[in-house]
Amino acid sequence: MVRAKKMIDKIKELMWKPEQIRNMGIVAHIDHGKTTLSDNLLAGAGMISEELAGQQLYLDFDEQEKERGITINAANVSMVHEYKGKEYLINLIDTPGHVDFGGDVTRAMRAVDGVIVVVDAVEGVMPQTETVLRQALRENVKPVLFINKVDRLIRELELTPDQMQEKLMNVILEVNKLIKAMKPEKYKEWMLRVEDGSVAFGSALYKWAVSVPAMKETGVGFKEVYKYLKEDNWKELAKKSPLHKVVLDMVIRHLPSPIEAQKERIKTIWKGDINSPEGQAMVRCDPKGPVALMITKIIVDPHAGEVAVGRLFSGTIKPGMELYIVDRKRKNRVQTVGLFMGPKRVEVPEIPAGNIVAVVGLKDAVAGSTCSTLENFEPFEEIKHISEPVVTMAIEAKNPRDLPKLIEALRQLAKEDPTLHVTLNEETGEHLISGMGELHLEVKVEKLRREKGIEVITSPPIVVFRETVTTTSPVVEGKSPNRHNKFYIVVEPLPEGVIKLFKEENIDLKKADKKELRKKLVEAGLSGEEASGIVDYYEGNVLCDVTKGVQYLNETMDLIIQGFREAMSAGPLAREPCMGVKVKLVDCKLHEDAVHRGPAQVIPAVRGAIYAAMLQANPTLLEPYQKVFITVPQDMLGNVTREIQGRRGQILEMRTEGDLVTIIAKAPVKEMFGFAGAIRSATAGKAMWSVEHAGFEPVPQALLENFIMEVRKRKGLKLELPKPEDFLP
Amino acid sequence: MLLLIGMGLWDERDISCKGLELARKSDVVFVEFYTSKLMGSNLERISEFLGREVVEIERSDLEENCSKIIEIAKERDVAILVPGDPMIATTHSSLVLEAKRKGVEVRIVHSASIINAVCGLTGLHNYRFGKSATVSYPYGGTLSKTPVEVIRMNRSIDAHTLLFLDLHPKPMSIGEAIGILEKADESVSELFGVGIARAGSEDPFVRCDRLKVLKNVDFGEPLHVLVVLAKTLHFMEYECLREFASAPKELEELVA
Ligand SMILES: Nc1nc2c(ncn2[C@@H]2O[C@H](COP(=O)(O)OP(=O)(O)OP(=O)(O)O)[C@@H](O)[C@H]2O)c(=O)[nH]1
Ligand SMILES: [Mg+2]
Repeated sequence: MVRAKKMIDKIKELMWKPEQIRNMGIVAHIDHGKTTLSDNLLAGAGMISEELAGQQLYLDFDEQEKERGITINAANVSMVHEYKGKEYLINLIDTPGHVDFGGDVTRAMRAVDGVIVVVDAVEGVMPQTETVLRQALRENVKPVLFINKVDRLIRELELTPDQMQEKLMNVILEVNKLIKAMKPEKYKEWMLRVEDGSVAFGSALYKWAVSVPAMKETGVGFKEVYKYLKEDNWKELAKKSPLHKVVLDMVIRHLPSPIEAQKERIKTIWKGDINSPEGQAMVRCDPKGPVALMITKIIVDPHAGEVAVGRLFSGTIKPGMELYIVDRKRKNRVQTVGLFMGPKRVEVPEIPAGNIVAVVGLKDAVAGSTCSTLENFEPFEEIKHISEPVVTMAIEAKNPRDLPKLIEALRQLAKEDPTLHVTLNEETGEHLISGMGELHLEVKVEKLRREKGIEVITSPPIVVFRETVTTTSPVVEGKSPNRHNKFYIVVEPLPEGVIKLFKEENIDLKKADKKELRKKLVEAGLSGEEASGIVDYYEGNVLCDVTKGVQYLNETMDLIIQGFREAMSAGPLAREPCMGVKVKLVDCKLHEDAVHRGPAQVIPAVRGAIYAAMLQANPTLLEPYQKVFITVPQDMLGNVTREIQGRRGQILEMRTEGDLVTIIAKAPVKEMFGFAGAIRSATAGKAMWSVEHAGFEPVPQALLENFIMEVRKRKGLKLELPKPEDFLP
Repeated sequence: MLLLIGMGLWDERDISCKGLELARKSDVVFVEFYTSKLMGSNLERISEFLGREVVEIERSDLEENCSKIIEIAKERDVAILVPGDPMIATTHSSLVLEAKRKGVEVRIVHSASIINAVCGLTGLHNYRFGKSATVSYPYGGTLSKTPVEVIRMNRSIDAHTLLFLDLHPKPMSIGEAIGILEKADESVSELFGVGIARAGSEDPFVRCDRLKVLKNVDFGEPLHVLVVLAKTLHFMEYECLREFASAPKELEELVA
């Protein structure tokens, strides 16, 4: 207890010295050892007992995390570490590796200034390693590398010292290649180098690590490591070159303090005027500036209720303070403020800029909210998760009396996790939850059962298709119901580069510089005319106004955009969302009196014309695909390929390493439901596997009509293929 | 056959004798209240007055789903009762056109419209009106410039402007309408106008003044319309407005 008290005092003191703070995340492909590493760092720093750490995965405190053996929720912890006679406060976020929970990784990247990228020495750089690295670099977050599970190279693969070195160097090379490709402007500065200690090697499980700078102190290098491991004497190794010291030293030396980081990062994550007082306060990480807080996570504490966790970029937060939740246009009063000590939240009287804070009382904030003492504070850039929900389930309460409770609980889930989309339909009583994958939804449903005590019935998971077009339509005339307005529409496929541009650069059409945007759009594949006339981007589709001098059009454009968005959120084939559609308004005739061109006239006319045009542009469905990585003993290869091929899957690559073979395949998500169970029984539980999102692809022509009818049936739509006339009055 | 029968200005008894006769003989009688309203009446009273069932229909029945009504009219006589004159509501022209195209006979029974009532109530001369326009509620923050444009154009040819006021979601008052016009062009508040409330009723209310004054006048129950005056007035118009609409003396400056 005395120790704990002393630790709190230390943290309270250090939080005021931003040069001595490091906010960092641990990211990696699934199962590469993030949680084991986080646990053992905490234990090494004396924040939790040695027995708690390691094999039990202390930071996976959630029951479901323990049962499933994976991290689901990013966990915030902190510790104090001494480096060269000075103490440092390290705020660490352990993130999940499974793709379905990638949204948590994206959000965590906003709270931190640096990351440890963990790579399993045997598996090497995997697709999810690439994804998380991209998420970090996009947020201007600096990486260091920890190559984990080095013990396996010797024990399982039985490599020679030379082979081991080569394997490790390869990993570094690959990570560097990725940094260079993703962030060329920073490559020189951020390139990982063994010599300067921005790379460490070791074993999170067996609690040892080595790096070049550490070797100079401890005398433990590769040769010694090899020797100890061959003798199976990792205990001695862990004593001579302990994991937490080597890794935390690396963090302090190479990852930036908030002071250093905020100088550069603010312009990446905030689009307000950097020279304004609030802009400068953030750049300087000024505790006396206005409060600028970005919420990255909402956790539910059994005692305190909702706790909003986020990064404080400027100002000082105290209980009693009123903060605007800028994006929600609400004002909330702060009840308590806290920091993390180890895995626990401790309340403190105030917290200054540069820290990761836990605030109680911000009841209107959601993950992604901007909070400030200034009402008109420019919100932080939206934290966009790259992949969209692909799997949906209908959910209802077993006992109708629980319905209000269920609705409340679903709202709460959506607030905590923006990658979970909840569609409540109080009329039909059909509530839908859509998420990143089967597991994502399973976990949320289980959470409803366990934590909220609501028994629910769910439909089998359903894949959400996307509707698109493959050719250019003729000009289609859409008339308003009163026949006094006409809209002439053409649709055609949208070049992929345009979607990529909007996704990656988070473009705001209202604010973007017109000339520069036009140039980028033309490079991405739009014609000059389309690029100048772009009026809306919506979920992977664009609307371009290529008309010339139409009277009253500017008064009507918002309604046209609404019609466009309605069409794009539910397409003509089966009311599935559209993707990759370019809609061009080529001409229109508008009634001069605004009452004759109101919403009831314009929206259905535009929507109907778009539908009719799409049906004349060879429409099709796209379905989400997954890449699957499966590692099994050689003799089970046949079982695995059978399992893949039975699911419309396609084997892309096979790699053999020792007795193990890794199969890389691609299959539609629709066919992958239940894969977890199937592969377990097909391989007697010996398969190690993971999946990755692999984008959308057209469904096979032979199955198209079947799939359309399947969806139409489920939605209670007429069981015939729609025709253009159906949508034109 | 499709019959469009005007209901006139105020209550069920403003219908013409011919309109009443034809409506009573029709196989089906519909009434619509969305292009205008019959403020002094309601569905029950109309139905009682006609001595038969009358069914209220909505905008969508006459627009996107109008083929249903036209289909019935192929076989039977369908009467649609419309407040005011049926063809003043622009919307119905498309219904008539559609019916004719499908070979359905159409008959129109005219009735009094606000357009002629305005002349009666104000004394303004019919031939001095230019284009009309509707003042609509701004939608999603977008304000239509059409009414102020029309006023400007009409004044440039020295014509009056009759402004209809939006009915949805609720009938707009003269005060609200002037507020909206001012937002589109603040200079309008100095112009002279005439506000007219409850045309065709027992207690119509008519008042002439600068728009900024009319904005704060309580015109009472709907429906309201507003006339923005031309640059000049005929002396007879001026005298009528003094008499019928309590126009201020300074209006004299407009008399050519
Ligand atoms: N041999 C060996 N196994 C390790 C090492 N580090 C972790 N593991 C094992 O790898 C497995 C996954 O470890 P976790 O720490 O849960 O991995 P994670 O990256 O947190 O996994 P997710 O959070 O689910 O993505 C566990 O069985 C660990 O015991 C290591 O250094 N050597
Ligand atoms: Mg984990």
